Amino acid sequence: MGKYILEMRNITKTFPGVKALDNVNLQVKPKHIHALVGENGAGKSTLMNILSGVYPHGTYEGDIIVEGEVCVFKFINDSEAKGIAIIHQELALIPSLSIAENVFLGNEQADKGIIINWDKTRARTTEMLKKVGLNEHTDTKVMDIGLGKQQLVEIVKALSKNVKILILDEPTAALNDDDADHLLDLLLDLKEHGITCIIISHKLHEVTKVADEITILRDGATIETLIKGVDDISEERIIKAMVGREITDRFPKRKHLVGDVCFEVENWNVFDPLDATKQVLKNIDINVRKGEVVGLAGLMGAGRTEFAMSLFGKAYGAKISGKIKKDGKELVLHDVSDAIKNGIAYATEDRKTAGLILIDDIKRNISLSSLSSLKKNMVIDHNMEIKIGEDYRAKLKIKSSSILQKTENLSGGNQQKVVFSKWIFADPDILFLDEPTRGIDVGAKYEIYTIINDLAEKGKSIVMISSELPEILGMCDRVYVMNKGMIVGEFAAREVSSEKIMQCIMQSNKEVVK
Amino acid sequence: MNYVKRILGGNIRQYVMIIALVVVVLIFEILTGGILLQPLNISNLIQQNAYVLILATGMLLCILTIGNIDLSVGSVVGFVGAISAILILKMGVPVGIAILLSLITGFIIGCWQGLWIAYIGVPAFIVTLGGQLIFRGLTMVVLQGTSLAPLPAEYNFLAAGFIPDITNIQGFNLLALLCGVIASILFIINETNKRRNRKKYNFEVTSIGVFIFKIFAITAAILAFSYALALYRGIPMVLVIVVLLVLIYTFITDKTIPGRHIYAYGGNPKAARLSGIKTNKVLFWVYVNMGVLTALAGVVFTGRLNSATPKGGYGFELDAIAACFIGGASTTGGIGTVVGAIVGGLLMGVLNNGMSIMGVSIDWQQAIKGFVLLIAVGFDVLSKSRAKG
Repeated sequence: MGKYILEMRNITKTFPGVKALDNVNLQVKPKHIHALVGENGAGKSTLMNILSGVYPHGTYEGDIIVEGEVCVFKFINDSEAKGIAIIHQELALIPSLSIAENVFLGNEQADKGIIINWDKTRARTTEMLKKVGLNEHTDTKVMDIGLGKQQLVEIVKALSKNVKILILDEPTAALNDDDADHLLDLLLDLKEHGITCIIISHKLHEVTKVADEITILRDGATIETLIKGVDDISEERIIKAMVGREITDRFPKRKHLVGDVCFEVENWNVFDPLDATKQVLKNIDINVRKGEVVGLAGLMGAGRTEFAMSLFGKAYGAKISGKIKKDGKELVLHDVSDAIKNGIAYATEDRKTAGLILIDDIKRNISLSSLSSLKKNMVIDHNMEIKIGEDYRAKLKIKSSSILQKTENLSGGNQQKVVFSKWIFADPDILFLDEPTRGIDVGAKYEIYTIINDLAEKGKSIVMISSELPEILGMCDRVYVMNKGMIVGEFAAREVSSEKIMQCIMQSNKEVVK
Repeated sequence: MNYVKRILGGNIRQYVMIIALVVVVLIFEILTGGILLQPLNISNLIQQNAYVLILATGMLLCILTIGNIDLSVGSVVGFVGAISAILILKMGVPVGIAILLSLITGFIIGCWQGLWIAYIGVPAFIVTLGGQLIFRGLTMVVLQGTSLAPLPAEYNFLAAGFIPDITNIQGFNLLALLCGVIASILFIINETNKRRNRKKYNFEVTSIGVFIFKIFAITAAILAFSYALALYRGIPMVLVIVVLLVLIYTFITDKTIPGRHIYAYGGNPKAARLSGIKTNKVLFWVYVNMGVLTALAGVVFTGRLNSATPKGGYGFELDAIAACFIGGASTTGGIGTVVGAIVGGLLMGVLNNGMSIMGVSIDWQQAIKGFVLLIAVGFDVLSKSRAKG
């Protein structure tokens, strides 16, 4: 056994059109807590998915070495057999089953054959629940306990498989601070018991608190590994390494023709539709000017998507209160078609499940929101529809065999262009773009930016939600920073920087703690 | 396979259906020793199966919306039949008004079920399963367990009547043949226009050979069909109803905004909602429409039977659902055509009719229809997964 319990050597992973990881190296010492940090899209999750076998051997280049032995993981089971377990951000528990059933799901305790020994199952679960300090009955259903406790159940599940290396992807993202503290203490305790942890987190104060080593990824490459007690591991130092990239001409130039305020939101409050006591958005005020590109920066889960969708004809949320004003006039939007009629559009972050009718062709997707403008005596004018489809295909350079190609067969970038075409054709005045370049390769990104610039130059107002800070910095005239359902900062383009945005978010996290 | 796909313009599924129908017709024509395609039997075939075709048209729209089905249609057929028989025989309401009231009954039933499905959010399966029990029960209640018969000839005209001829040639109905010729001409013009349009926009078109063959085959089928009708008693009234429905609903689904909304909703409800489609409204009206068409089927079926019985319409929902799926509708919604559902319905009708002539017992008929449904949908699933893989 070498110095490291786990080594990932020269890992390169390519998705169609984009290099997600480029020669990444990761070395983890046994009985250490190793933190992996980086911006969204830096490649952290991809790297961990390779390690856990989600992306099987052969779909990437490079070697995984566990305890000095080169491993080939074809399935998730293979990595589990080596003692590697991953706990994803989205918990993989079945809410309607009990804690004990969940812990041993897929690993049922049977004496012989297929008959489950429930006594053994419960006894072992109880034992492990004690270990992690979770005081719940083994027969309690997972849906009846809070998120923090569910997270612990996930850890118990991993422990039940004799895990040696535990990977946690944003374990505290959805937890309140007490639960988060408890979880971090647990990780330190597990370390004492000889378990190595790899933790992915955006919350740098947590990282600096528990991690022994910190590896920073940026743009799919390892930047550096900082070692506690050797290097400076202050938050400022980490942030600098995370965002410290030079922005060259990845963003096309545009003429900035910003006009008067044309869209205002005042005192906007929204509650969770599934849990009416949980306030998702608190007292949000924003305004947008004509021809302006406004960025909404923030981490995942900050409430940006919920905000945009609640404005878009109450497509999200319950108990919505607040005012929307357009050109000084208050709007009352009951549903999405009201919003569209009033010149507001929202292009979703989730192209495949919420943006496109995948089984339909390009032209039908483009026309979907504006069918009434294609109407000629009650009937959809098919020739007109074809003409519009061809127009946008040419204008937005949608690469396809024809406008009759089904959208499910298009690449991500081209699908996004179809979504854009749909909304541009609907001719809104205010266009919300939610993660417009997510999962799109660099070339197509540039084209998308060009389209956004064109729209702004034509006097449209754009609100761009993006988790990629460089994109926000490169494209926006003004940036709002959101965190935990609130606006926590506002910057003009000339004064904004990645560090400022990050600090703004970290600062607001601290304030909530106090 | 790819070659076949190319010359057919990538639309195999539809052709397979029609080819399957032709094959089944030919097989039974041989097995029944030529009885199947006798003029008398062709008329019969249409009158016997009209109710399935009407129901399938409505059912298709339900299925297009994320694969929802309506299990209540059989019971509603029985209920509406009972209502119209009571109105005419017990209350002395004129036939025309009774039929109108029957259709209104269907409309109200559709609103009732649509309300539960679209606005309260109970799954369609449950609502219509409830409806199946409710309306079967109500049928027995209003009929007090007995049948009502006979119904006046004017009422039965919709189901069993023939359009009077324009001339008076003995043993030959000129109107039927004339309609056939006109239909053929319209068909040829329409197909040629479509092809020209596709060419204009440089879309893929079927090769000229296939195109001519298709035109020739379908025109020949229409002419032969109308000739057969002419040799018997002319055009059955229900045929007019079914053809009108096919034309109207093909038009609606293909060319109008509500039609497009139904497909979009079935393709991806979330995306449809975020595109400004009022998805509840779509779902509601689809079920209202189903209610009205079910009522129409109820009137046709009761007229054909010449009586309203407590068991009337029993199991019809399954025929209608099977017709849609055999006709290429997707179980997850968003895919399917009215013409496909009609072809599926005809396929089932020919199976029924052919087996009846051959003297196959009802139990075997059921089993064989079940197999056909499985094979048709299985073929669909396989061809799709192959296309993906």
